Amino acid sequence: MAAANLANPSRFLKIASPAIPWLGGLTVIAFAVGITEAVLSPDDYQQGATVKIMFLHVPGAWLGMLGWGVMTVAALGTLVWRHPLADVTAKAAAPIGAAFTFMCLVTGSLWGRPMWGTYWVWDARLTSVLVLFLLYLGVIALWRTVDDPSRAARAAAIVTLVGAVDLPIIKFSVEWWNTLHQSASVFRMDGPTIDPSILVPLLVMTGAFTLLFITLLLAAMRNELLRRRVRTLRLMQASVVG
Amino acid sequence: MSALAAIFIRDMRNTVRVGGGALMGVLFFLVVVTMVPFALGPDLALLNRIGPAILWLAALLASLLALDRLFATDHEDGSLDLILTGRPPLELVVLVKGFAHWVTTAVPIIVAAPFVGIFLNLGGRAGTATVMTLLVGTPALTFIGIIGAAIAVTLRRGGLLLAVLVLPLTVPVLIFGVAAANAAVSGPIPFGTPFMALCGLSLASLVVGPFAAAAALRLEME
Repeated sequence: MAAANLANPSRFLKIASPAIPWLGGLTVIAFAVGITEAVLSPDDYQQGATVKIMFLHVPGAWLGMLGWGVMTVAALGTLVWRHPLADVTAKAAAPIGAAFTFMCLVTGSLWGRPMWGTYWVWDARLTSVLVLFLLYLGVIALWRTVDDPSRAARAAAIVTLVGAVDLPIIKFSVEWWNTLHQSASVFRMDGPTIDPSILVPLLVMTGAFTLLFITLLLAAMRNELLRRRVRTLRLMQASVVG
Repeated sequence: MSALAAIFIRDMRNTVRVGGGALMGVLFFLVVVTMVPFALGPDLALLNRIGPAILWLAALLASLLALDRLFATDHEDGSLDLILTGRPPLELVVLVKGFAHWVTTAVPIIVAAPFVGIFLNLGGRAGTATVMTLLVGTPALTFIGIIGAAIAVTLRRGGLLLAVLVLPLTVPVLIFGVAAANAAVSGPIPFGTPFMALCGLSLASLVVGPFAAAAALRLEME
């Protein structure tokens, strides 16, 4: 299925609408497995039960960044190819990505209190994720300020592309700077450094949250398309009556 | 080339004339810095320690002040359409307009900074270092901000949105600017390291800013 085939919003709706309940069901199953595994997973020998915060924190961070990644690709789609679904994708992804970034910040803060002794430190990883959250809020504010959707899409696309600079900074912040936040322990050249008893539930939870992300994104895109259809119909009706 | 020079001279003239708001930025800068000791108390040691940060923050806010009108006035009187259809590349025009904005907004702040620094007990080495960092760092603020100015051009209330969009992107500039100024005073890292990073940020934004702003203008005006 090429992207060009999905360009037609009606065709997208025809495929996405029946897929959303199935994806939702799959998400529920994945969460059931993931939460069970997370509850049964052993405590960390140093951190105790607080290590379980990781099962929310890591997926939040990953999806917060994936959200901006999706928006960046969509921004290219808007600016380069004028893909009709690209700006719908970008608009739908922004609040979802912002929510996951917020989840990452809150869980990280709650985890930092028992482990680091503080809710917040101004180190590179935390600061760059906070900047990502602010960028999300800025883009959402931009979408809500411009009333013409296609003009808003182009402005948001530029901001998204410029803001994408933050993604590599987040990723490499723990390597470039000496920070309180630990460095990468899952995606490493020499393999993960987490014990399988914790790594497996982490991966399942990440998968479950990713499914949730995809489901919410498709649902939000469908809603946005329907909202635009309603808007067009209203405008047509107004022009007929007027 | 003469077209670009004409745009530069026109922008300079427009800001200097009545209603142009020249020196508004530096006035704002002065007022913000003056408010700080009232909030913190007149502890000279404390002011000396956080002085560079205060000067930088005030300069950052002041540089945002006139930014939302940078293209908006051209849009309102129709000259933006002429610029868009004109012969000189839009990227260069944006660069020239940004430079004019920097000269009218940032340069007065840089000139005033050593004197305002006296209020914050920043003399000698610390004052010089802060002025140096402002000199090489403010172009980055202008040319990151110019992207926001281009996006806000058709918005009716673009000013606040501009600040929300631009300020997070200026975080690295602020970090390295203040780090360099502090390094000159107290160490432990040498002044050169963050200073070079600050120069790099300015040069990078000098390239990225005009292209992104020009793209935004083209897309919005079509």
